Amino acid sequence: MRSVVLTKGVPDFSDGAVSFDEDGHLERGKTPTVMNPNDAFALEAALQTRVRHGGHVSGMSMGPPGYAQVLEEAMEAVYTDDSYLLSDRELAASDTWATAITLSAGIETYQEEIGDVDLLFAGFKTADGETGQTGPQTAWALDWPIVTHVIALDIDPDERLLRAKRLVEGDVDEIETVEAPLPCMVVTDPEFEPTYRKASHRLTHKRLREETQNRAAAHDRHLTTWDHEDLNLDPDYIGLDGSPTIVSSVDPIPKAPSEREATMVDPGDSEGMNELLGEFQPYAAATNGADGPNAAEGGD
Amino acid sequence: MTDSNETDREHYEAVVVGCGPGGAAAAVRLADHGIETLVLERGTDAGSKNVSGGLIYAEDSAPYTIDDLFDGFREEASERPVTDYYIHNMAGNKVKSYDLTDLHEDDTDWCDAVLRRPMDSWLAERVHEKTSETGGGVLTNVRVNGLLRERGRIVGVTCDELDPIEADIVVAADGVNSELAREAGLMDWEDPNEWFQGVKAVVEMEPDVIDDRFDIDEDEGVAHLFSGDLFEDVRGGGFLYTNEDSLSIGTVFHLDSLVEEQAEPHELLDALLTHPLLARWLGDEYDEREYSAKLVPDSKKVAHREPYRDRLVLVGDAAGQMQAQGPIIKGMNHAVTAGALAADAFAVTRGNADPAAAGRRYTQMLEDSGTMDKLRPRRYDLARTVGERDRVTDAVERVLDSRVGSLAIGNPIADRLLQRAYNSPFLVSMLPDTRTGYVTLPSIIGEEHGRTLHWESSVEPPSLDERIGDLTYNTDIGNPHIEVRDTSFEASGAAVYACPVSAEDFGGGCYRSEEVKRNGTAATVVSLDTQPCVECGTCAVVADTEWEHPRGGKGVEFREG
Ligand SMILES: Cc1cc2nc3c(=O)[nH]c(=O)nc-3n(C[C@H](O)[C@H](O)[C@H](O)COP(=O)(O)OP(=O)(O)OC[C@H]3O[C@@H](n4cnc5c(N)ncnc54)[C@H](O)[C@@H]3O)c2cc1C
Ligand code: SF4
Repeated sequence: MRSVVLTKGVPDFSDGAVSFDEDGHLERGKTPTVMNPNDAFALEAALQTRVRHGGHVSGMSMGPPGYAQVLEEAMEAVYTDDSYLLSDRELAASDTWATAITLSAGIETYQEEIGDVDLLFAGFKTADGETGQTGPQTAWALDWPIVTHVIALDIDPDERLLRAKRLVEGDVDEIETVEAPLPCMVVTDPEFEPTYRKASHRLTHKRLREETQNRAAAHDRHLTTWDHEDLNLDPDYIGLDGSPTIVSSVDPIPKAPSEREATMVDPGDSEGMNELLGEFQPYAAATNGADGPNAAEGGD
Repeated sequence: MTDSNETDREHYEAVVVGCGPGGAAAAVRLADHGIETLVLERGTDAGSKNVSGGLIYAEDSAPYTIDDLFDGFREEASERPVTDYYIHNMAGNKVKSYDLTDLHEDDTDWCDAVLRRPMDSWLAERVHEKTSETGGGVLTNVRVNGLLRERGRIVGVTCDELDPIEADIVVAADGVNSELAREAGLMDWEDPNEWFQGVKAVVEMEPDVIDDRFDIDEDEGVAHLFSGDLFEDVRGGGFLYTNEDSLSIGTVFHLDSLVEEQAEPHELLDALLTHPLLARWLGDEYDEREYSAKLVPDSKKVAHREPYRDRLVLVGDAAGQMQAQGPIIKGMNHAVTAGALAADAFAVTRGNADPAAAGRRYTQMLEDSGTMDKLRPRRYDLARTVGERDRVTDAVERVLDSRVGSLAIGNPIADRLLQRAYNSPFLVSMLPDTRTGYVTLPSIIGEEHGRTLHWESSVEPPSLDERIGDLTYNTDIGNPHIEVRDTSFEASGAAVYACPVSAEDFGGGCYRSEEVKRNGTAATVVSLDTQPCVECGTCAVVADTEWEHPRGGKGVEFREG
């Protein structure tokens, strides 16, 4: 079983890491890049497949050279065997369409140079773009089936079949069981949870972790970078030139008032509590309407 | 999601439950024999659930010692060797100390102080390396929750986290309160008289301060034992051992005595910590790293003479193999011996059609190696019927308490004899479990021969609340591992006192008692919150509970042990 997991870097939106300018615009340069949080689930799904069925897992990412860091993170987290970075100036400013074309070219190149891929994993939406389009577009470009919102996964290697449970959100959430032939693309849902109910699986998991420690420490040696020529891509179809999407403008969401007045009242302080209740009077009247207990005082 | 090959069950030649000293010894020995061995440990790391005093002994007479099985154990996994050994008989501020080094050195090749988290964690790494070579390994965060049976016969284990696993041999090295031993009907958790409760504090201290205050070199260590009236009338004693950069200070009491006296374990520990005798060692700055507790079986009463059933063998505390030789506590070393013997027994009977062949051979080996006689001397069974009969005890007590008795023990010849008597392994192992040995005699010795300490202690141990606050828990929310079956005070009230993290009038502990009105009449009922539980096992014995260990990786996590 050979899998490739797609992962990308996103700005680290966590407190303390993220940096905004005065107008509330993200300062990319000052904000560190981390692995897209949702990719963790895709990576876990790839690892689970690897643990249960053996084989090889590669990490793949498209982005600036700095994304090597993200692939290293993936190696540490879920023990990928090697990393492939699709990186080139010509690829800059790709929209989801151009990204999908590039990623599918990455997979095709991988199949030519490394080996046939059975499963392609991707996380659900990125934390920066939030479009959720890249995955399906990549599958379309590869002409592979795609199963999205996967929360549990089982592979039958002999039948070359994938069986998945997908979470279908709606008025009532439903869980749908689907089957698809390999090769197949799998987009995991944040609800995805790997399960290891066999001791042998857990032992494999532990062995992989031990083996990975050295590998991740020398990540450079396991990293291959491909530019548009390696990928056999025409610059006109990739990067900004190949991107049909035009972002006309981005409106910043107005900042919430950052300071509010707060008064601390000790529940034992009856005077303070009375004052506080006094403050609430008008609202009480408004919500209780005429029938409310305080209607008489608050109403007139 | 169903696994496609759910029908074919996993099988290992050997499954070892628990990775304490007993499990670790069994597993490496099994691997030595080329046997495919899987070790399942419920802690998030081996040692994270374990507590001992702890001095690990290597006995001259033992067929296996821990350094036989684990190269480099003393250099890498233990603290300081114990080069001096004293017992202090206390009566108020008067203390009479005896040098017990002779007793300590009897049949001892070496003896080191250990802390269980680092020790067991180190052992588990070696075990994993070794067992991996034979197709197995160590898995943490897995709790075995029962025995897998086929047509009534034990054929493997069931777990919270894994599908059932079959094995040709199951080694239950799951420690005190072994759920497997109980399920197999080999041990029960009924009688407080069969257990001790150990409570311990690990106290921070710089290595050079230890050297200085205990007057030892950096590669030396001391053991101090304490008995007498500082614990009121509760039968048991205290200990202090030097580690590399900390002290282990604790108490071990008969559980039935704790219950009878309605004593609060943490207060007894504090009585020791704040005694003036300890002041010169503890100094002004008292920094407690960890508070912990665990039950300890009394092998004299419960070591199972035939610790097996079908393919299941019990080793270590699970089999009650914990020897209290007077003040000397030997559990870890016997667990190691038993684990290794069980492995050898399986190796020589491998392929035998009789599923119980290994167990029977193991039993024989425990006998032949003299291990069983140390654990459960037949002569004790005989002496016990006499020594513990209340009438006899009463009579002895009355004599000792009288002026004549005190005078007799108080004379200088008696003093020398007493020190000799204490140093006799035979006498010490035969002492009946009565007040006489634990309280009366030491107090009289202290009173009559002791010198008075004229200084005060400034040690202020943390409150129970602070102690609980300093511990690490991974709470299994909504899934308590203990449930009180009978909440009446008569059935379960003892836990309010005896639980080491509960106390009367303390709301932040596990057990509480409260008055409720039912049908107009007031009754005292007991309630339980397992969050602060340190999994000591006490309430499994003293209260009416449905008691299990938490799921793998859940519950308390000790860092020192
Ligand atoms: C305060 C105190 C002082 C002591 N002092 C000494 C001393 O000085 N010297 C000495 O030799 N002994 C001492 N002992 C006793 C000693 O600690 C024990 O006898 C010894 O630890 C027994 O070893 P064991 O391997 O049988 O069990 P343990 O060390 O208890 O190991 C059992 C292991 O099994 C695991 N386990 C339990 N249930 C399950 C399950 N269902 N599934 C998976 N894993 C499970 C546990 O997490 C644990 O790791 C002391 C004990 C106490 C409490
Ligand atoms: S609740 Fe029971 S097992 Fe837990 S610490 Fe208290 S007595 Fe021990």
